Amino acid sequence: MLKITNLEKSYTKGAPVLKGLNLTTDERRLTAIIGSSGAGKSTLLRCINRLVKADSGSIELDGTDILSLSGRALQDSRRQIGMIFQAYNLVDRLTVMENVLSGRLGYTGFFRGVFRKFPQEDVDRAYALLKRVGLSQYVNKRCDALSGGERQRVGCARALMQNPRILLADEPTASLDPKTSERIMELIAGITEELDLPVLINLHNVPQATTYADRILGLRHGVMIFDGNPDELTEDWLEQIYAGHEDDLKKQMKVGAAEYDDE
Amino acid sequence: MSDATTRYRWRRPHFIENPWVRYTVLLVTVLYLIFALQMMQVSWQRVLDGIPRAGNMLRMAFPPDYGSRGRLIVRGFIESFQMTVIATAAGVLLSVPIGFMAAKNIAPLPVYLVGRAIVVVSRSLHPVVMGVLFVAAVGFGAFAGILTLIMFTIGFVGKLLAEAIEEIKFGQVEGVRSTGAGFLSVLVYAVFPQVLPRLIGLSMYQLDINLRASAIVGLVGAGGIGGTLNTAFGRYDYATAAAILLVMVAIILVTEGISGYLRRLTK
Repeated sequence: MLKITNLEKSYTKGAPVLKGLNLTTDERRLTAIIGSSGAGKSTLLRCINRLVKADSGSIELDGTDILSLSGRALQDSRRQIGMIFQAYNLVDRLTVMENVLSGRLGYTGFFRGVFRKFPQEDVDRAYALLKRVGLSQYVNKRCDALSGGERQRVGCARALMQNPRILLADEPTASLDPKTSERIMELIAGITEELDLPVLINLHNVPQATTYADRILGLRHGVMIFDGNPDELTEDWLEQIYAGHEDDLKKQMKVGAAEYDDE
Repeated sequence: MSDATTRYRWRRPHFIENPWVRYTVLLVTVLYLIFALQMMQVSWQRVLDGIPRAGNMLRMAFPPDYGSRGRLIVRGFIESFQMTVIATAAGVLLSVPIGFMAAKNIAPLPVYLVGRAIVVVSRSLHPVVMGVLFVAAVGFGAFAGILTLIMFTIGFVGKLLAEAIEEIKFGQVEGVRSTGAGFLSVLVYAVFPQVLPRLIGLSMYQLDINLRASAIVGLVGAGGIGGTLNTAFGRYDYATAAAILLVMVAIILVTEGISGYLRRLTK
């Protein structure tokens, strides 16, 4: 369904972030991408929905090369790709409901959007999603009045509102405290299973990746060096993925362990 | 420990390090000031002569005369109010698209340049000068004043709105853009809510400024209370002029209070 071939991207000349990266989604649902900071995890996800434009290669979603699209066709592809952000990226001054409904903007005419006249089935679905993520009591609350965990739930609802073919999540738990972070991972894993939705998720936290993912990809210096099931991810592999960033790895492993101690 | 005996000398570095440049700049500035004072014939004698004349004027101005030209004063203020409200509303409406055009982070370069040009032109001329131009173009009266104040509003609100847009949190834009929303929908959903409080604040402030400016543009024939004031001075009717000035101060104090209160509400 999603097939990435030879993807290359550099922000400054001569310092490529992605160097000929290949990735194909398969029947395994939740794919976690791990790697030290600077390995290119965020860039990869942002290239897929074209928040960042890759330099070369191809990204095919159901046979359409996203890299070659522009204008309306690009928007049509984007609305099939839901995205959850580390910093939630909700519009602070809009209500929870407006933020969730903004997930339908790719399907809604401009003036219907401006005047908040969304089709009835969209409103129904928004209520259902808010109920599912446990926020139905906050429908008309402004997003900047919510806690971090609550905001990320709104972020999930907005992405799912798009009725996406695939979900991207860029460090969705990195801004949250350990306990809330676990709740959000449970929510993402649970919902995507109910919807049978493939997920690509960047994770700093290695224990979280091995706990929730069905498949793990190890990204290092812009190429995939590991692709396997969580039980295949040995100490040896981790050392290779995080070579030169051992402190980073140690911290991530410890954060994971500490979370369970706190409970 | 021998280091402890070393003496350090420290002096604050000069703003202009080269002493030749430093003293030349100072000398030229002083010489020019002396030259300018000579040219402009600033003389204490004229100040001294002016004092009794000012005293005479003040004596004639008190008590202020609200009654004999009362109807003209009321009509002048009503006209100024109408000019202010119309010009502020129209100016703010025009400032919104112009402000978006003049924001570098969201407008494509050619659009940005056009937007910036409109703002720069609107800001380059003082309302009085603009008033003179519009009076020449469309004739005496409130219409010229309204056009002047609209331009004045675009220059101020348009520029500050563009700056507010350039400071928005771009993550919110990415969040909405990633849903597949079109360009205009992204503006309405992700950009506009972030600058709305600023826009309301600026509009309230501009209403306040325009009321003051409406009195000034009247002096050059662009309608409103300024015209009434000008006539009163022209006829040496200082009592009526004083009445107008006092009412003006009172009204501006009140509107300043109201606009300040409304701005606090939108925080």
